[in-house]
Amino acid sequence: MPDEIEAIAEQVFAALADPSRRDILAALASGGPATATDLATRLPITRQAIAKHLALLTEAGLVTAEPGERRRVRYRLRSAPMKLAQQFLAALARDWDSPLDALKEHLDRGA
Amino acid sequence: MGFPDRIERTMELAHPPARVWAALTTAEGLAAWFGEEAAIDLRPGGAAWMRWANGYSVEMRVERVEEPTVFGFTWQIEELPEEDPRRTYVEFTLEPAGAGTRLTVVETGFAQLPEDAYRKVYDGHTEGWGRELGEMAGYLDAR
Repeated sequence: MPDEIEAIAEQVFAALADPSRRDILAALASGGPATATDLATRLPITRQAIAKHLALLTEAGLVTAEPGERRRVRYRLRSAPMKLAQQFLAALARDWDSPLDALKEHLDRGA
Repeated sequence: MGFPDRIERTMELAHPPARVWAALTTAEGLAAWFGEEAAIDLRPGGAAWMRWANGYSVEMRVERVEEPTVFGFTWQIEELPEEDPRRTYVEFTLEPAGAGTRLTVVETGFAQLPEDAYRKVYDGHTEGWGRELGEMAGYLDAR
């Protein structure tokens, strides 16, 4: 299981490393499900590039294609992998060093 | 990449365990070094919270109280959404070291099962139990 979790988190970070994919994910997060054409009108990215990125994001499990006619397929964000990556970030962001320094100072002051 | 499930720090303090214990487990102690305001109901299952001047606050639940050696609590993961039910577990261990204290803090639970994997395991167990119990009922009915 840990290997699987790592693989998922890794895909999230790889997806986020590309500015166009960040824009696409951000657009889906803020505006809800959208077709490749919708995204192409909203973002400064060509429809071809959007289709390519959406295929990669679908493969990685970060977006999912809703059933529908080919040109009208809407893509929606899958939040589960993001939540997993968030856990990784939470561990990095947890700062114990500052509170522990403060504890030491507090005890030394009171001595 | 190495998913960090566990954070551990150890430090030597030049103060006896009783003083360190008070700093960790009383509202006055916690407010003096950790939060800016704090409250704690020091018993397993008791509620505690800390608040900061910037408006940030955290809810905790006391889990282990073994004065003056082990104090454990669970708390929210601040980077996750407010409604996320996951908690990490923090445990302080105090050991006498000469005239002072060796304090270890361990926080675990960052790499908890993602929701859909958990669902799969849970649903699998639920389904399995339903089947077993059905079989048992069938066996009893047949007698």
